[in-house]
Amino acid sequence: MRSTELIRTEGRPRLSRHVRLMFDRVRERHVLLAPESVTVLNATAAAILAACDGRRTAAEIVEDLRGRYDQVADDQVRDFLLRLTERGYVEIGDD
Amino acid sequence: MIKPFGLLAELTYACPLHCAYCSNPINLGDYRDELTTEQWRRVLVEARELGALQAHLSGGEPLQRHDIVEIVHSAHRLGLYTNLVTSGLGLSRRRAEELRVAGLDHVQISIQAEEPVASDRLAGLRSFERKIAAARVVKELGWPLTLNVVLHRQNIDNIAGIIELAEQMAADRVELANTQYYGWAWHNRHALLPSRGQLERAEKAVRAARERLKGTTELIYVLPDYYSDYPKACMGGWGQRLLAVAPNGDVLPCLAAHQLPLPRASVHEHSLQWIWTESPLFQSFRGTEWMPQPCRSCDRRELDFGGCRCQAFQLTGDAARTDPVCRLAPEHGIVAEMVQAANDPERPSAAALRSRPHPDHSR
Repeated sequence: MRSTELIRTEGRPRLSRHVRLMFDRVRERHVLLAPESVTVLNATAAAILAACDGRRTAAEIVEDLRGRYDQVADDQVRDFLLRLTERGYVEIGDD
Repeated sequence: MIKPFGLLAELTYACPLHCAYCSNPINLGDYRDELTTEQWRRVLVEARELGALQAHLSGGEPLQRHDIVEIVHSAHRLGLYTNLVTSGLGLSRRRAEELRVAGLDHVQISIQAEEPVASDRLAGLRSFERKIAAARVVKELGWPLTLNVVLHRQNIDNIAGIIELAEQMAADRVELANTQYYGWAWHNRHALLPSRGQLERAEKAVRAARERLKGTTELIYVLPDYYSDYPKACMGGWGQRLLAVAPNGDVLPCLAAHQLPLPRASVHEHSLQWIWTESPLFQSFRGTEWMPQPCRSCDRRELDFGGCRCQAFQLTGDAARTDPVCRLAPEHGIVAEMVQAANDPERPSAAALRSRPHPDHSR
């Protein structure tokens, strides 16, 4: 599958324009808002998505987060991004 | 305290369509005294403070409100993800552009069938071509597009055609939801409830299409709960995830709950905060304390919360009974009988429907 390969290699993930990442002052948590869907995020998940700017590869995002969080497993980040790609919340640019 | 994720704002019950399965109340005339723009603004502010993150702007036809752009703008500025649930009628290119600028996030357009003759017959109005044009504008302006199709005995056999239409329109999501039997749909249930054979064929078509559309269009398919073994987890539990506000300011845990014999709660008299956390209405069926047997000792009580209170009331006259859809419910026979009747070979496939009137003609 195309997005699987891209997440594993040089793809540069970015948030789809249909979704919104924001900090919810009421819950004091980041949330990902999409059509008919609300996902309350933990701090690591929020940091991963905030780093999806279409410029960095998944590998670069993992590297970046390692500096800030103790437990960032490469596979977990890629799986998380893949799940969101399958739902259409994250898109992969390959240029 | 539990926080709601969404606000369902039923802005008006005015609607140009006459769908015989409409979920709006039968007594439409009682809702003509609609909240003002300023009152809706206050509702949005209070909903956000309670924790709501999405505002579903619905009706009736929400585009019948002249202040729809202002309402969207207010919701957007509060950080709410805004969702317009529309027939598509009234969504001119100019209006759509205004809504885009105001911050509208997502548009859901209903269609009644896959081609104009059937769609217009079910809608009670020539509307199919206008809906298609509106859907095109939604895609051109870069919104995610959901197509909403209410399924029933008279259109479910063409489900493959409906999905093909959604594909042609490049819909991002398609909600194929069988009719829920409340309001006008309850009155038309004999003409709307499909047979088992129809449902089996539909499910096959959905499975095939899901495979084909993987990664491009999300297909949501909802069975009629009359055919399920266990009831639906209605609203994710009473007063757990969503609050609905009717055009007149009544606040409800579910849009069908207006018919239940419970104390009213209105934004004219109380804050949303009080209504959500303390009102007798929202407390009535929260949690599991209220449950009768067999729910009280059932392993599924935290999965389906005893099913739908409105359906229990509709079918048994008591909102605190187990939803009769459940095969373990003492009154399950009521549902079994309706299902049996829907599978009678003598039952016509396209019986006459009693259509929903405009609010002005409802009494």
